[in-house]
Amino acid sequence: MKKQIMGVQKNMAKKGFKFTIAALLISGVLAGCGNAEDTANNETTDNAAKQELSGTITAAGSTALQPLAEEAATEFMGENPNVSITVQGGGSGTGINQVASGAVQIGNSDVPSKDKIEDEALAKELVDNKVAGIAFGVVVNKDITVDNLTVQQITDIFAGKITNWKEVGGKDEKINVINRPASSGTRATFEKTILNETKANDSIGTTQDSNGAVEQAVNSTPGAISYLAMSYMVGEKKEALKTVKIDGAEPTTENIAAGKYPFWSYEYMITKGEAKDAVKAYIDFVAGEDFAEKVEEMGYIPMTELNK
Amino acid sequence: MKGQKQINYIKSEYIGRSLVTFCGILIVVITLAIIGFICAKGIQSFTQSGISFGEILTSANWSPNSEQPAFGALIFIVGSTIVSIGAVLISAPIAIGLAIFMNLISPKFGNRVLKPVLELLVGIPSVVYGLLGVTILIPLLRDSFGGVGFSLVAGIVVLSIMILPTIASIASDAVRSVPFEYLEASYGLGSTKWQAISRVIVPAAKSGILTGIVLGLARAFGEALAVQMVIGNTVKFPTSLYSPTSTLTGILTMDMTNTLNGTSWNNALWTLAMILLLISFIFILVIRAIGQRGGR
Repeated sequence: MKKQIMGVQKNMAKKGFKFTIAALLISGVLAGCGNAEDTANNETTDNAAKQELSGTITAAGSTALQPLAEEAATEFMGENPNVSITVQGGGSGTGINQVASGAVQIGNSDVPSKDKIEDEALAKELVDNKVAGIAFGVVVNKDITVDNLTVQQITDIFAGKITNWKEVGGKDEKINVINRPASSGTRATFEKTILNETKANDSIGTTQDSNGAVEQAVNSTPGAISYLAMSYMVGEKKEALKTVKIDGAEPTTENIAAGKYPFWSYEYMITKGEAKDAVKAYIDFVAGEDFAEKVEEMGYIPMTELNK
Repeated sequence: MKGQKQINYIKSEYIGRSLVTFCGILIVVITLAIIGFICAKGIQSFTQSGISFGEILTSANWSPNSEQPAFGALIFIVGSTIVSIGAVLISAPIAIGLAIFMNLISPKFGNRVLKPVLELLVGIPSVVYGLLGVTILIPLLRDSFGGVGFSLVAGIVVLSIMILPTIASIASDAVRSVPFEYLEASYGLGSTKWQAISRVIVPAAKSGILTGIVLGLARAFGEALAVQMVIGNTVKFPTSLYSPTSTLTGILTMDMTNTLNGTSWNNALWTLAMILLLISFIFILVIRAIGQRGGR
């Protein structure tokens, strides 16, 4: 009898132990959630130490700017060990949303905040800091023999007026248009600089969600045409697709600085109010001369070239 | 001594009880909060941006970024509906066949091989299905039928594989729960095995099988990533099985993160999310209705 009771008690003890573990796990998860929010709270107040920058910076937004922002963050943290910078993706819209609501200090965006925000009071609070230029290329499948397209030809292709490559000097092959989603920053730049503010026709061709999906679709679909950020077209990806000239100009830094190549835009790091302290130092670092070489190496255009 | 006993009682009874009660209440609160949030966001299209619900449901003109924005979502609703129903049409007969085979024709093979295989299929993440679709199915379609390959039929095929295990496992449970006496009675009346299966077992398991089909349909309707990767996302009605189109979930995943809170575009997307939620409620109601009819 006694043995039995003890057995039961032992059993209960075991269960109790399990409960403890479960409770610990739950509290651990909850604590984890709490931490994630803490990073948003950076406000470094020590203005005194100009040399010794410190604080936590969170940047989120544009996936086109993300690689550059991350590289800059790594170098910047190397020089300023007391600063910790986290760079997240999410898209330009997310970047502006997050910085407007104060969840992050820097919102990365391919487009100026004014183009996206309807609420004017909010738009005035945000400051668009230009940190680099980014070139885009009109890319086609490797089987396309056309090397050069005029702005008018590209406009007609994306409007659905030109549907065969022979109409622009290529072989007899159907043109397969591949778009980015209507809200994409890359597409906004494409419409602004090439299509002259008209909208790409969504009822022709197909739409792919990301640079990677566009690259794969153009690479594998005969007769395909789309547009990609040149910063994405580095390494072996450069070989996989063919970049056509626009009005005879290639997407080089020289051509863009000279105003010969139209398809490019600024990349913005948006802050709520003027940037200060560590945030300002970081933004200045990205746009500055010391980092310019790396910027060019990664396929972007340094501000120093654009300001000439 | 008595106090000790009471503490013991609290330990052994109330802690556990309040913990599970808390969990129960928590999940109800979370569900209500999600529904409330989505609806509150969804109706902003009508209260703030002045879009009419009728326009969203019946117009096919979706041009959120033009000078005169229009938010007709009919193309997406139709796209989602066709792709889900197409997937169920392919998947349901196969799933019912599997359920019969697993339980009545070869239970040993069914339990040892088919069941684990189906469980494995459930565990494959949807992005993997999408990738398989893009790398295998799309080129195959392109080579055999021309065009770009990104198409309605690609979405249907990918989805039908994804929902197959859902329908099969629920149909299998339904078939298994038909009393053994039904089979024996049919044999007693001189039926062959197949006659018994097709005339007695399957009709008896009808309501369970239907529940599986509706659940599969609901899953197909809500699936986003895999479909979005293969369907082409062209904003127009499909003209054939090989033409690309868009779905509700596809437009949400593509545009939600890139539009700003408070803009009419973003509000319209929330309304689409609300429509998705409403449609899934309808599916749940249908399942309940089937369950009640079967229970009688």
